Amino acid sequence: MNTSLTNTARLLGAGLRALLVLTLVTGVVYPLVVTGLAQGLFPGRANGSETRADGRVVGSSLIGQQDYGLDYFQPRPAHGLGQNTLNTRYRLILSGATNLSADSEVLLRQVQDAKAEVVRENSVPGHPVRPSQVPADAVTSSGSGLDPDISPAYAALQVPRVAQRNGLPVDRVEKLVRAHTEGRTLGFMGEPRVNVLELNVALRELTGRKA
Amino acid sequence: MGPVLAGVLQLLALVGALALLHVPAGTYLARVYSGGRHLRVERWIYRGVGADPDAGMTWPAYLRGVLAFSAVGVLFLYLLMRLQGHLPGSLGFASVGPAQSFNTAVSFVTNTNWQSYSGEQTMGHLVQTAGLAVQNFLSAAVGMAVAVALVRGFARSRTDDLGNFWADLVRGTVRVLVPAAAIAAVVLVAGGVIQNFSGIHEVGQFAGGAQQWNGGAVASQEAIKELGTNGGGYFNANSAHPFENPTPFTNLFEIFLILIIPFSLPRAFGLMVGSLRQGYAILATMATIWLGFTALMMWAEFTHHGPALQAAGGAMEGKEVRFGVGSSSIFAVSTTLTSTGAVDSFHSSFTGLGGGLTLLSMMLGEIAPGGTGSGLYGMLVLAVIAVFIAGLMVGRTPEYLGKKIGAREMKLAACYLLVTPALVLVGTAASLALPTPAHSMLNPGAHGFSEVLYAFTSAANNNGSAFAGLNANTDWFNTTTGLAMLLGRFLPMVFVLGPRARAGK
Repeated sequence: MNTSLTNTARLLGAGLRALLVLTLVTGVVYPLVVTGLAQGLFPGRANGSETRADGRVVGSSLIGQQDYGLDYFQPRPAHGLGQNTLNTRYRLILSGATNLSADSEVLLRQVQDAKAEVVRENSVPGHPVRPSQVPADAVTSSGSGLDPDISPAYAALQVPRVAQRNGLPVDRVEKLVRAHTEGRTLGFMGEPRVNVLELNVALRELTGRKA
Repeated sequence: MGPVLAGVLQLLALVGALALLHVPAGTYLARVYSGGRHLRVERWIYRGVGADPDAGMTWPAYLRGVLAFSAVGVLFLYLLMRLQGHLPGSLGFASVGPAQSFNTAVSFVTNTNWQSYSGEQTMGHLVQTAGLAVQNFLSAAVGMAVAVALVRGFARSRTDDLGNFWADLVRGTVRVLVPAAAIAAVVLVAGGVIQNFSGIHEVGQFAGGAQQWNGGAVASQEAIKELGTNGGGYFNANSAHPFENPTPFTNLFEIFLILIIPFSLPRAFGLMVGSLRQGYAILATMATIWLGFTALMMWAEFTHHGPALQAAGGAMEGKEVRFGVGSSSIFAVSTTLTSTGAVDSFHSSFTGLGGGLTLLSMMLGEIAPGGTGSGLYGMLVLAVIAVFIAGLMVGRTPEYLGKKIGAREMKLAACYLLVTPALVLVGTAASLALPTPAHSMLNPGAHGFSEVLYAFTSAANNNGSAFAGLNANTDWFNTTTGLAMLLGRFLPMVFVLGPRARAGK
C-alpha cells in the first residue's frame, strides 16, 4: 500500500477538486435548470398550489389546515404536527407523525377520544352517528400532519351537521361533497378523497358567508 | 373497486413499468460503464479534477479513490453545516451543532440519509441544494462505481485493472443520474411538488390569519433522493409531506424512481460479464423477495392488528388518505429493501408485523433490489457464498463466472456479511446498557426497544428510515449512528473490492 503523506495529499486534492466541480454540476446548474423549467412550465404548482377565495390566498390545496370550526368540514386529527423549536424568529409548521405504536395506550386513547368526539359532534337530530360508522382516517393522524384530504366516508358523515349548521338542505351539501370527491387516479392509483380546503371554500361561497 | 384490489393493481402497474424500462436502462448502464468516448463536459471535469480517466486502477488504487473522495465529501458537508449561519442562502438559519453536523454529513455521504434534524427548521437553501442534494447524486454514483468495479473483476481475467474510479464517478453522475433526475423532477413539479427559492413567507389561511411556509428546491432534490436511493427528506415528514409527494401518481412514480436503477443493474451486470442469464438469475431473486415482502406487508396492514388500529378500524395512523394502505405498503417495502429510507407513511405506527417486515427488509442487507450499486454488489457477495456452499455439497471446486472461490474470497465474503449485524448488535446493546440513551425512546416497553434496534439497523445498513419516535438528536445517537453508518458503508466496500481482483489473476 502506498500511503505516504504526499500521495495521500495529492489524492485528497483530486477528491476535493472532483467534489467542487461536481457540486457545480449537481448543486448549482442542475437545480437552477430544474427551477427554470418548473417556473416556466408550471408556475402555480412550483410555487405551492395556492388556493384563492374572495380575492385572497386562503392556503394551499395541498396543505391541510386545522381551524375550520364546526360550521365547516373537519380535517383529520394532526397530533404529530409541531412548531419549530429552532430558529424561532419564524413560526414554522413542523410536519410529522405521532410515531405512536399500534399497541400504544396513548394512541388507543387518542383514537377512542377522537371517535367519541366525531360521534358527538356529528350526531344531529334525526341523524345519529354510530361509532362503527366512523372511518379510520377520522380518528388517526396522518404521516405529515398536513393531510389535505379526508375519505369520502368521513365527508359523508359530516354532511348532516354541516347542512344543519349552515341552514342548507342535506342533499345540497351532499351534492357539493360529490362534486369535490376525487376518485382514484386512472381508476386504481391511491384512494378516493375529498380535499377539505377546496370543499370548505365552495361551501363558504354557497352560504355567502364572509371569512 | 376495493382498496386491496387497487393496491394489487398499483403493484402490478409498477411491475409492468419496471419490466418494460429495465431493459433499455440496463443496456444503457452497461454501455455507460464499458468505455468508449468521453463527452465534452466530462473532459472539462477530468481536466478540473486533474485525473486521467483512461488510466486503469488496481483494487487498492480504486478503493483509495473511493475513500479519499468520500472523506473530502464528509468534511466539506460538515463545514457547510457548521458555517451555515455565516453563509448566504441560509434563510437566516443558525449553524448546526458539531454532533448533528457530523451525523448528517456522514449520513448523506454514505447514502444513508438518516436525519436527526427536521429539514424545514434547520437547513437553509444552500445546505439543502448545494450540500445535501449534491451528496444524493455523488453517494449514489460512488455506489454504482463500486458495483461496476466488482463486475469488471468478474468479467476480466489475467488483469488487475478494475477501471478508473474518477471516470466511473463522473459517468454515473453526468450520463445517468443528472439527466434522469432532471426529467423526474419536472414530472414531479407537474404533479404539484414545489420548486422555488422563495424562502420563508406568509400564506393566508381559510379561517383568517396566516401560516409560515418555507419554499425550496424540493422537486430537484426529491427526484435524486429517490433515484439515488438516498431518502433524505426536504421536510421532516419526508415523502408524506404534500409538497414532496402530492398525489397518488407522484407516489407510485417515486417508488418507481427508487427501484429503477437497482432493478436495471443486474441486466447491466449480465451484459458486462457476457451472460444475460446470470444477470436475470440475480434479478429474479431480487424480484421474488420484493414481491413476497410487499404481499406480506399489504396483508399485515390491511388486517390492521394492534389495539389502537383495531379501535380505529384501519391502519391509517401515520398514513395519508391520498395514498391509503395499499400504496403506503408498497412504498414501505421498497424503501427498506433498497437503501433509500424515504417514507410516505410512518413505520413506527405500522402494525407489529408490518414494522417487523421493514426491519427484516433492512437486516437482509438491502439486496432486493438494494441501493444504487450497493444492492448489486451485496447480492453478488451472496451469490459467491451460495456457490461456495453448493460447491461443498456436491463436492466440486466452487466457481462463479469462471473464477475459483477460494478460502481468501470466502473469508472476505464472511467479513462482508458480519459487518452490519455486528454494528447493529453492539450499537443496540451499548445504548441499552447505558443509563441515558433509553430516555430518547418515545414509546415504552418493547416498541421503545424496537426504536433503538431500528435506528442501528437503519444506520449500519445505510437505509435512513426510522421508528421516528426516538429522539436521535443527542450526542450519543448522533455519534454512534454516525460511526455505524461510516463502518456499515465503507468496510463492506473494502471487502467487496479486495477479493475479486485477486481472483482474476
